[in-house]
Amino acid sequence: MCGRMRLTDRFLVAVLCGAMVSAATGDVSSESAVIDRIGVTNAAPSGGLLDAFMFYSVATAIVVSAVGVCLTKNIVRMAVWLFVCLGSVATAYFLLAANFLGAIQLIVYAGGTLILLIFGVMLTSKSPWVRFDAKWGEVLAAGAVCVAMLVVLSIVLRGTTWQPASQVVPGVAVADLGVKLLTAYVVPFEVAGLLLMIVMVGAAHLARQDK
Amino acid sequence: MLTIGLTHYLIVSAVLFCCGVFTMTTKRNAVGILIGVELVLNSAALNFVAFDRYLGPGRIDGQIGALFVVVLAAAEAAIAVGICVNVYKNLSTIDVDKATQLRG
Repeated sequence: MCGRMRLTDRFLVAVLCGAMVSAATGDVSSESAVIDRIGVTNAAPSGGLLDAFMFYSVATAIVVSAVGVCLTKNIVRMAVWLFVCLGSVATAYFLLAANFLGAIQLIVYAGGTLILLIFGVMLTSKSPWVRFDAKWGEVLAAGAVCVAMLVVLSIVLRGTTWQPASQVVPGVAVADLGVKLLTAYVVPFEVAGLLLMIVMVGAAHLARQDK
Repeated sequence: MLTIGLTHYLIVSAVLFCCGVFTMTTKRNAVGILIGVELVLNSAALNFVAFDRYLGPGRIDGQIGALFVVVLAAAEAAIAVGICVNVYKNLSTIDVDKATQLRG
């Protein structure tokens, strides 16, 4: 039973390994890129063959895993695809020179939120293979609406010309992020702290055994 | 084609958003709907970071916006999983079509 893997399982394992490798390489290359950029420029990134290759591989990983999330019926496979998707988005953050945010994405999202979701799956199903299928009409309507939305968004995005920043600025460090968070954004920061405390109390109340 | 610009990232983000909306609308499992919400939040955060990188580098306002998205997503997931567990405890199913009464 367990000796034979289904084809989709093999594909999933291969994609997972590829995502991990790409995440690792993206981390290393973006680190060296940041060392190069600090003190030189952080304005428009230089277009190169390597940049294009990195972007297209990360974009492929994001798109494939997102489509995997929406097309999979099994909730456990959905969670695994979501893990691949979150890792790929973190790699995209590294490519966009947002290293701290990429690390936060991996730690909080892939490490915390996803584990929480998997706990939710385990606590709310009699068997992990339980599934509730939508009606075919609903799936067709939702697919049509989503594809139409995607087409319209793509047309609008391709037709818009942005004004890219031209000034040369030094690279950002994590310290800048902290300073800005405690000066310009101190009110949202405190509100977020209050919200997290309310959520903690609320989650403990919701999960209480004796009502 | 080889020069990666803002539009490339925005289109990837649009694909992510549409997949999230499709997941939210077609899944009956409450945790599946939650996974769709996570996809949509990720696409918004990716937009924030891409705009920050290409339109205002060095100002890091977009990165802070994405940071708040991560915080709110964690809080939302904690509460939503708590609600899902309670719904399952009361109705012994997590099919959102079956949860039709507010009183537990």
